[in-house]
Amino acid sequence: MDTTDRKLRAILSDVLGLRPGQADDFTAETGLFGELPELDSMAVAGLLTEMEDRLDIVIDEDEIDGELFETYGSLLKFARSKRDKA
Amino acid sequence: MKAESYPCPLPGGAAASEYALAFDAGREKRVLIAPALFEEGHKLRRFTVEVMRRLDGSGIDCFLPDLPGCNESEQDLALIEPEDWRMALEAAARHFEASHVLAIRGGGLVLPAKLGGWHYAPVKGSSLLKTMLRARILSAREAGREENVDALMEQGLQLGIELAGFSLSGEMLRQLGTLVAGKQPGITAIEHELVGGGPLWLRAEPDEDASQADALAAIVAVGLNA
Repeated sequence: MDTTDRKLRAILSDVLGLRPGQADDFTAETGLFGELPELDSMAVAGLLTEMEDRLDIVIDEDEIDGELFETYGSLLKFARSKRDKA
Repeated sequence: MKAESYPCPLPGGAAASEYALAFDAGREKRVLIAPALFEEGHKLRRFTVEVMRRLDGSGIDCFLPDLPGCNESEQDLALIEPEDWRMALEAAARHFEASHVLAIRGGGLVLPAKLGGWHYAPVKGSSLLKTMLRARILSAREAGREENVDALMEQGLQLGIELAGFSLSGEMLRQLGTLVAGKQPGITAIEHELVGGGPLWLRAEPDEDASQADALAAIVAVGLNA
């Protein structure tokens, strides 16, 4: 697990109120938005702002689409590509 | 714990009575709470009151005032700007004869002058604003409408705007983006890492955490008794 992966799991744990270690079970196929009813637009907005702070990235609103939050894998891929550019 | 009120100055020179939650036993140490703002205010209210219960148990009076336009206030949030909140906290500090202040998150952006104290988990006004703008853009997108930050800001600065269920004046929008904490002497920042656990303002569903309330209350109580 690289730093981005670890940090992203920690952020999702904080947003979803998971117990320590629970997010370790996330796989690339774990569904996020859509499968997690508690992820409403306000929670997703908070998640994005927190990702910017903790991952030192800047997210443009144009980059946010439904597919991004479809699975843990898609969100991690996005976070890694942003960090590579940063 | 008692429901109290305080005389709150309003824009234009009028005044209103605003609600405040008080643990008041006439004790010497009296902490005014500057509550978290907007959505974070809802998510952290229970945590804030749990911290107050613990302060009360440590022999410390404490007061949680409603800011105009928030919580039980009958004022229209759409007419409020950050300076009104600062004046409300000044008035509450005077009314309750506060000796210190404990600001929670965005509450530290509108601190009353002259009171020393603490600021838990400081946040920039621009971060609060950005999150609310994003929430609006995301929910518009779910409804099939495309919106963008620049257009929302341009419209909002002129006419005011509703973001994430909050009606914000143009002035609120303009000032919120520029507010930063940490300019006031006598205020010690308490970073969330010191309290530990997952930050409750990030929780998708409001939650509570007794160990976090214990930790924050202990930091303040120790500071007051030092």
